[in-house]
Formats: sequence, structure tokens, C-alpha cells
Amino acid sequence: MNFTEKTKLAFNAVADHLLGNLKSHEQALVNLHAEESLFVRFNGNKVRQNTHVEQRSLSLQLQKDKKTANITFSITGEIEEDKKRADFWLEQARQECDLLPEDPYQVPIKNNGTSDSTFKGTLLSDEDVVKAITAPAVGTDLAGLYCAGPIISANKNSQGQSHWFATENFFVDYSLYLGEKAVKSIYAGTSWDQKAFEENLAQTKNQLNLMDRPKKVLQPGAYRTYLAPGAVAELSTMFAWGALSFNAYKQGASAMQRLADKERSLSPLFNLRENFSMGLTHQYNSLGELAPEKLDLIKAGELQSFLISSRSAKEYGVTSNAGDSGESPRAMEILPGTLKKDEILKELGTGLYLSNLHYLNWSDRLNARITGMTRYACFWVENGEIVAPIADLRFDESLFDCLGANLLAVTDFQEIDPQVSTYESRALGGKKIPGMLIKDFKFTL
Amino acid sequence: MLHLERTMNSLKGTADWISLRHVTEKTTFRTVRDEKPDRNHISFDQGVMVEVLVDGHFGFAGTSDLSDSGIKRALHKAVSIAKAAALHKVHAFSADHRPVAEGKYSSPVVKPLDSFSAKEISDIFVEATRAMSVSDKIVSRSATAMIVETHFHTVTSSGSDFEQRFSIVSTDFSATAGAGGEMQTRSDSGGLARCLQIGAEVFDRASIIDRSKKLANEAVELLSAENCPDTSMDLLLAPDQMTLQVHESIGHPLEYDRILGDERNYAGWSFVKPEDFGKLQYGSKLMNVTFDPTVSDAMASYAFDDSGHKATKEFLIHDGLLIRGLGGLESQSRLNLPGVANFRSSSWNRAPIDRMANINLEPGTSKLEDMIASVERGVFMQANKSWSIDDYRNKFQFGCEYGQLIENGKLTKTVKNPNYRGTTVKFWNNLKAVSEVRETFGSPFCGKGEPNQVIRVGHTNPYCLFTNVEVFGA
Repeated sequence: MNFTEKTKLAFNAVADHLLGNLKSHEQALVNLHAEESLFVRFNGNKVRQNTHVEQRSLSLQLQKDKKTANITFSITGEIEEDKKRADFWLEQARQECDLLPEDPYQVPIKNNGTSDSTFKGTLLSDEDVVKAITAPAVGTDLAGLYCAGPIISANKNSQGQSHWFATENFFVDYSLYLGEKAVKSIYAGTSWDQKAFEENLAQTKNQLNLMDRPKKVLQPGAYRTYLAPGAVAELSTMFAWGALSFNAYKQGASAMQRLADKERSLSPLFNLRENFSMGLTHQYNSLGELAPEKLDLIKAGELQSFLISSRSAKEYGVTSNAGDSGESPRAMEILPGTLKKDEILKELGTGLYLSNLHYLNWSDRLNARITGMTRYACFWVENGEIVAPIADLRFDESLFDCLGANLLAVTDFQEIDPQVSTYESRALGGKKIPGMLIKDFKFTL
Repeated sequence: MLHLERTMNSLKGTADWISLRHVTEKTTFRTVRDEKPDRNHISFDQGVMVEVLVDGHFGFAGTSDLSDSGIKRALHKAVSIAKAAALHKVHAFSADHRPVAEGKYSSPVVKPLDSFSAKEISDIFVEATRAMSVSDKIVSRSATAMIVETHFHTVTSSGSDFEQRFSIVSTDFSATAGAGGEMQTRSDSGGLARCLQIGAEVFDRASIIDRSKKLANEAVELLSAENCPDTSMDLLLAPDQMTLQVHESIGHPLEYDRILGDERNYAGWSFVKPEDFGKLQYGSKLMNVTFDPTVSDAMASYAFDDSGHKATKEFLIHDGLLIRGLGGLESQSRLNLPGVANFRSSSWNRAPIDRMANINLEPGTSKLEDMIASVERGVFMQANKSWSIDDYRNKFQFGCEYGQLIENGKLTKTVKNPNYRGTTVKFWNNLKAVSEVRETFGSPFCGKGEPNQVIRVGHTNPYCLFTNVEVFGA
């Protein structure tokens, strides 16, 4: 029995056991996260560290009258041991409910349906990974991370809801170096294709060759700038930092407050939506609610909707759109425009071509103003020709400007930006993002 | 019931060296918003990291299955992936990189955390958010605690047996005021920066209520304040903002794994080169920085790092001169430089890497009032709210919640949205005065590593005065 099969058997047995032990005035929801992961970290095209991890945890929400307790605990995959743990933590949750005040925004547990999806991948064997990556990269200074294995998200509740999502995927998140100059790439998917990885690597090597010129040092100022999809993807992370959360808006913490209040606007060229048809993650949220397959959040520069969880809906008397508890996009897509790939440099003319941005933060949240750095393959372009890589620059720019009146064009193609976060556990999902041509992008240092 | 020593005895001989690191961690979040419960979540995580040395390479396998068969399966996986990588290892290591360690460490606790109930915390937090109702301009009031009780126990085939128990509480109290399209937030020193190794004594009702009222009043005050001016002037930073300044522009660039390039693909590299140690004048003569895991209540105080290396206080920068970096035994061998005991993992499911611990600016001789009196025109900034620095840790831009102009030696007007930017070495060489008093803050969430890890860090810092800094407002 493989990891996924063993975990499914254990989850069904333990969740049913736990839900079967509820008392008449109790309701409960159980979420599972499980993964079997191989992480191989590279530096200088050699292995710095490699780690194999098997982990499983259950998150229990117990509702006892109007009280709510939430407890997450590790499980082993061994049914009898895990039943004992479930019994212990159910009792702890009961005691927690007794101590806490009533929860006025408790979301009643209901049956949001059933789904069962398991996607098998074709992954490298653990023993073959190092050779598969280092052999074609001989002669390069490669740094990065290979990560692969099954990842599972599932839930069940006391009203009969049952969702299961299991997939096997991998990514190689890497960069190649020429001294201090570097180019970044990600090769990701569900079926490892050695030829496709080698093609990805060859493209990255070609980009690195473009960096083999003296760096141009630019003075701070406003420059006509092309943000490649990787750079726009980094910029788009700010929309996941409370900007599109209805609760954050009501609490004075949304950077899109002035867009919502019609005090500022974005460009008619800018369209952002949730799109679960991309198939990068499951459609149900942690309550098991099914999110709309597609949901416009910003359309033609105007806010269509915030993400609204059922808890926020209850607190503020509005309708939920199945936003998850953090009300951040889970399947973000920025829609394409009309700028063709082979016209990017010509339309840029003279200015900056930025492949990646780094370490973004709000410098003035209310005005959606962001600071951050250029990183990796960033070039100075003159008359449609790449002239030189640039020394890193700091920018400080408002989304209301760069995605507003200064947004000149959006590319007619998009790229997938897979989720590569591995804090505590591997994340699912990703984004689909185009490139953007912007005038007067402001650099400060 | 897991018995590490017995399990280790059954595994000996299957690799050149073996370690079992058992970690249990209970994390409790309590948040009250607007006098109502908002988030109450308990997480109990446990597992074992099996670490083996095979052909000069360490392999790691973590599992949440604590049965004998689960641990044996992890051992075999660790051995097999170590063998697969050994021919391509970045460096040849030995058991000398895992010194034999024995001993115990516990956080200093006056009142154990389990002596204070969820109801007692909830009651205080309801009262705190009520105390923030100082004006009808207050739109959001919250009180949060993150309570961590964790236990690391390591045994090795070479005879190490060390245990460390940590009791940690991070709190934040925060009020947002809004009027006329303006929004301003004041927190209790910036996010969860108020974090210590401590017990339930941290929940001091009177102090919490006082602080909650003060920050709510300051949020309202900021609504009508002018923006911080856009100019270059003297900058006085409070210890809560110095936490961020030291963390980002001293701690990270001195980490040896960054200098070695391990971190290049994620958090970044460093402007510091191996040849800079002993030569680079990092800051002015007033700058003395230590790695100090011995501060009694700071977040990252401990007796051993995860390799078993005994933790001691070391100077990193002395009279402004860079003398030592932040690297554990593996990085010290790779660089042939002295380092510190900072090879740490976030939990049982991650391999240790070079992390900062408590990185502190040593106290100076100035009194705060004299520092203010010495400034003709400057700004005093408190409580971090924005941070960004490049991947070499050179060009930074930081923002604070609350600013006050200093004019002719006196604090005058309050200013909103105070930000400043600079480059690391130039900034630290403009350090003009250091206070004799210090305060301890930290962060529970320093992110780094591939796979990603968060780790706890502590920073005990004085007030510091810098000259000629570019400051600006919204």
C-alpha cells in the first residue's frame, strides 16, 4: 500500500470514528493534510542537504452549542494509534469549548457535498533525482530545490460532507549563476520528463549568456518598464496580503479600500479573477464549501467583489462567495491582453526589462504603495535592443499608478506560476499571469 | 510511548553515525477582536527527525509515525537518500560536526503557562479591546497571543543526550482608527515583536490595559498628524524598530549559509565576503554586536544548537569592525572561519541550517534625553510596520507606525507614515549615539531555507541615533 492509499484508509477510519463519538449537541469538521516529500537542496550543482518527510495532521473544529474549538494534531497513519489520539483531542476540544465565550460568528456545519479526486503522477525515484538534475547542469553554478511526492487535502464533517483530493507533483525551483549575475526558472508538473527539464535548463543557460556583460548602474527615477510574468506574479502576491479580503476591508486593512470606495481606479486593461478551472488546486475550501469555478474580483479596473468567507458573511450580513478563512485568492488569474511576445522589446523601446521582483512590502497600504527590489535577469533596453544587465534597483510604486493610468499593455500570453511554498508543509495551487508594459515605474534607490 | 535511548540502541550500526531528534510543540493562538472571540486554535505537532552520516554526507528523514517500525522506515530512507547524494555532496562531513552533548535547558518561567486558563486570557483580552474604545474613530480593536510550549530531545549513536524545553509567549494589541478616508494603526511595538521566553506572568492585566489605551489614543492622534517630511535628517530609532534594523541588516548578511550561497535561490546572498572578516568597518566605533543565546528571557536563548554545539556569547562586530559571522560547525569547516552555535531547525520535519539567534547591539553610554537634546532637526520612529531589503542585504527601506519630529533638541509634532531608506554599511557608519538602556523584542516568524522554515529570533537593543538618513512619508 502506498502513502496515499494508507493515508486514505486511516483518514476515513479515524474521521468516522471521531465523528461517530460526538454527542447529540455537538457538530464537527475534520480536515486532513498529509504529504510524503523528498526535498533535495542544491548549491554549486552539488547536494547541500536532502530530506525525506512523511507527515499527517488532522484539524478538528468542534462546535458545542454556540462555542467553537479548533485543534490540529499529528497522526501517524496507523489506525488504532490515531483513534486514540482523536479521542484525546476530542476531549480536549470539549474542555476548550467549556472555557471559551460564545462564538457569535460561528458558521453552522452543513453538508457541502462530496468529491473524490486522486491524480497519480510520474515522479523520479528518490535515488535518481540527484543525477537527473546535476548531470545536464554540469559546468553550471546551479542553486535551488527539488521537491516531490504525494500531497493530500481532505475533509469530512458530521453532516455527511466528504472531500478527498490527492495529487503527486514535483518542482525544481532553481537559479543559475555567473558570478553575482543570475537567472531564475521553475520546472514543475506531475510527470517528470527529463527532456523537458533539459530544455528548461537550456533556456535558462541561454538567458544567463545575455547577462555576461558589464552591469549598467541606473540612477533612481521613473522608467518605462516591462514586467515579465515572473515579476507580475511577485507583484500579484500583494493582492493576497489582505487586499481582496472583505474582512480586511471592514477592519481598515485592505489596500484596495480606495478602489472599493471609488476614490481610485485601476486600468481598464487590468482583470483579476479566481479561476479553479486551471486545475491547480481543489475547488472546495477548508469548510468544504465549493467556490465558484470562476469569480471576477477586478474587471476592467473596477472592483467586482472581495473574497468573502462564510464567517465574514455572518459578521457583516453579506453573502459568502466561499472565500477561505484568510480570504486570499487560491487560484488567481490575471487575464491576458494584446501585446505579442515578439513585440515586447519594440514596444518597450528604451527602458527596463524586469524578469523578477523581490521582497515586496507595503510602504503605504492605504494608497496601495509597494516597495521592493529588482532581482535576477533584469536588463536595460535601448531602441528595442537589450543593452546590459542592471545593478539591482529599489522601487516604490503605487498599484493605483502602475496598474492604473500607467499600465500601457498586457501580454497576449500568460505563464503558470506554481505554488512552491514549503513552510511547515507543501502548499497546493498556483497562478496564471501575463506580462505588463508600464510607463514611469518609479525607482528610488 | 517513544523511548529514544532504547530506539537508538536498536538502530546502531546501520550508518556511520545516527541521531534521533524528537520534537513536540503545542502552539495556542488566542485572538479577541472588538470584545468578541475571533480565533482560538491549538496545534499539537510531534515527530522524529532521523539523521544519518553515510560516506561523509548527512541524510535526513522525518516522520510523524513514532512507532518502532515508523522510525526504522525513516532510518532506511535517510540512509538510502544519503547514499544517493554522497557522490555529489557539497562537502565531506564527519561525526566531528556533531559533538557529543549532554544537558538540559528550560525557559525561565515564574508562572507556568498551564496555570492560566483560556478563560482568563479571553477575559483580559476582552477588557483590553474594550479599553481601546477611546474614540468613535476606532474601527478595529484586537488582542492576540501566540503561546508555544516546545520540547526538543536529541540522542545520538555517539552518546549525545540533550533536552531543551521552551515556554514562549508572543502578544500583540492593536487598534485601527479611521476618518475622512485616512486609516492609521498602532500596535504594541509592531506585530508580534513583543515576544519572550516567559510564563503566564506576561499576562499582566494592568500593564496590558494601559498599553491598549495608549496605542488606541496614538492611532487616533495619527489621523490628524502631518506626513513625515521627505528629506535627509537625523533619525532616532526606538528598540522595537532597532529589532528589525539589526535583524535585516546585520543578522541575515552575517549568516554563513548565505555567504556560502546555499540560500541564493530563495532568501538571497550577502554583500559580506569571507575575506571581510577582520577587515570590514561595518559601522561606527559605537557599534558592538553580539550573538548571545544566554540572555535570560529572549526568544532564541538555548544551551545547544541542533548539532549539539554548546551555545556561548560571541562578539560579531567590535568597535564597528566585523570579526565573526553566524555559522554552525558545518559552515565553519566549509569557510575555514570561526562561527557560533546556530545550526537550528524549525521542527522535526526540517534539517538544521544556519540561523541567527539572539543578535544584540550592546548598550552605549548615552541617556535617551541627551540623545534627543543633541538633535537640531530629526525624527524619532517607533514600531515597525514595513520592511524590505535586497537579496544581498544592502539596499533597505523600512517603515514605522509612529513618528515624532525632533526640533532644536525637543520632541515636537507627531508625524504619520514615517519611512526611511539607506544602504547597510553607510547607514551603520552614521551611527552617532547609543543609549545605555535596552529593551528585548524578537520575532516568532523569521523565514528562510529550502524547504522553507520559520524560526524564533530575539533582539535586545538600545535606542540609536543615526545622522543624515533619507526619511519620507506617504
